[in-house]
Amino acid sequence: MATLTEAEAPPPPSPAVPTRRTSRGRGRLVPYWLLLPGVLWLIVFFALPMVYQASTSVQTGSLEEGYKVTWHFATYWNALSEYWPQFLRSVLYAGSATVLCLLLGYPLAYLIAFRAGRWRNLVLILVIAPFFTSFLIRTLAWKTILADGGPVVGALNALHVLDVTGWLGMTAGDRVLATPLAVVCGLTYNFLPFMILPLYTSLERIDGRLHEAAGDLYATPFTTFRKVTFPLSMPGVVSGTLLTFIPASGDYVNADLLGSTETRMAGNVIQTQFLRILDYPTAAALSFLLMAAILIMVTLYIRKSGTEDLV
Amino acid sequence: MALLRWTKRHLVVLAGLLTLGYLLLPNVVVTVFSFNAPKGRFNYEWQTFSTDAWTDPCGVAGLCRSLSLSLQLAAWATLGATVLGTMIAFALVRYRFRARGAVNSLIFLPMAMPEVVMAASLLTLFLNLGAQLGFWTILIAHIMFCLSFVVVAVKARVMSMDPRLEEAARDLYAGPVQTFVRVTLPLAAPGIAAGALLAFALSFDDFIITNFTAGSTVTFPMFVWGSAQRGTPVQINVIGTAMFVVAVLFVLAGMIVGNRRKRQKP
Repeated sequence: MATLTEAEAPPPPSPAVPTRRTSRGRGRLVPYWLLLPGVLWLIVFFALPMVYQASTSVQTGSLEEGYKVTWHFATYWNALSEYWPQFLRSVLYAGSATVLCLLLGYPLAYLIAFRAGRWRNLVLILVIAPFFTSFLIRTLAWKTILADGGPVVGALNALHVLDVTGWLGMTAGDRVLATPLAVVCGLTYNFLPFMILPLYTSLERIDGRLHEAAGDLYATPFTTFRKVTFPLSMPGVVSGTLLTFIPASGDYVNADLLGSTETRMAGNVIQTQFLRILDYPTAAALSFLLMAAILIMVTLYIRKSGTEDLV
Repeated sequence: MALLRWTKRHLVVLAGLLTLGYLLLPNVVVTVFSFNAPKGRFNYEWQTFSTDAWTDPCGVAGLCRSLSLSLQLAAWATLGATVLGTMIAFALVRYRFRARGAVNSLIFLPMAMPEVVMAASLLTLFLNLGAQLGFWTILIAHIMFCLSFVVVAVKARVMSMDPRLEEAARDLYAGPVQTFVRVTLPLAAPGIAAGALLAFALSFDDFIITNFTAGSTVTFPMFVWGSAQRGTPVQINVIGTAMFVVAVLFVLAGMIVGNRRKRQKP
């Protein structure tokens, strides 16, 4: 007799808790049968490949003769000493894109949560709408927008923005395309909705009376934002930055379409090693390094920001 | 002075609208350039207005074949991921079992992993097993990465369902199957639908994982990627624009129907 009592049940949505009584002994197995196919799928096609990848990274050999596990850890060292600039670029570009996403996305999330009124649903749809067109087509559109001598580049030039970015090493001369700025711009664009939506979710939960209370206590709008709104939106900030940074650091599409050979990121190296050069041990080692780097950074970040209940 | 004060008060709105413009600008460009008649192989510079591409959307070799392959893949991946994901979601919310934490992390990790890492490791598995890369390897990969998103969507819905409704059904002598089909499933339907839509969108638009697992099979994103190297036909913009319009119409229709229902049933 398998009975799910109140004490064992998951956090109930309402005082009434489902009490599941099964008259047959095998009812106990129901959750396992429900889990089996999906979990098996993830084990075989997500977890197991990671193991294969780890083993491939310490193999030596060639395509013709086959590979053998020789615990050749030098592959990691060689990969890192050869491709550290690409790894550094991944972190820098993805980091800049994440900061830009936060700066650009916050006002829009704030607008949807507090100022949009009856337009709220429409603006939300407009935020999601770009997803309806293939992201590769939209990324290619940036080639037109940032074209040499085009209106955007002209405006940036007239405002002396390109002088500043040139001094920062983000652009070269009068060009934007094929520079780091174009790649960061593309990454920011591609992952902006992943920042806006979690920000909006956490802003929307804030009780409006807290703003009123802050105002009643003579807080200026800016102080209200700094002391009330922003701290309360921290869960959104944390999950938004993670949802932006993680995919951006592994991305190779923007660097390939909008950048040049000087803007290659870790993803580009993994892609070429795997699909063109066919040097599987190096490629697997690079991929493993990227995963480890991201997991370490994300863990430190979550610890530091103190929101461990994200899952 | 008044203008300055107005600007200051609406600064957030102005900044937000600028961001919205940044988000939508590429879509505008894609639409406008679907009416272009480019010189040369690339469709990046405006030349003259033309509706040629709209009257002949399949005029480029392989484009519509890749589109239909992507739609088929997305449909099967959605079906697979939705069925498996819904089962997991129900197990997680409704039952207590051992290894719960392990299952949770197994679901969370694929969403927290850069796509290129999953793609590369999956390719090493397929290479080691000597699998023939193509439709089936892409489908396997797509079901894998869509699964977690379905679980999250369905879980959220099932958690917020009032268990008393199912109890009431059982009190009224509905059997377990009847309760599930007549009460539980309709209640969970919005979550399942949201998960399925998300899975469809993710699978249809996926490039990185497909790039690694496709072999020489060409899906629609793979076609666009290839054309970025060889020359971009205007038809790509036509399909991008058409997809956008159809999806927006669907969403608007859903909103109108939803609003009307709300008004009818106060």
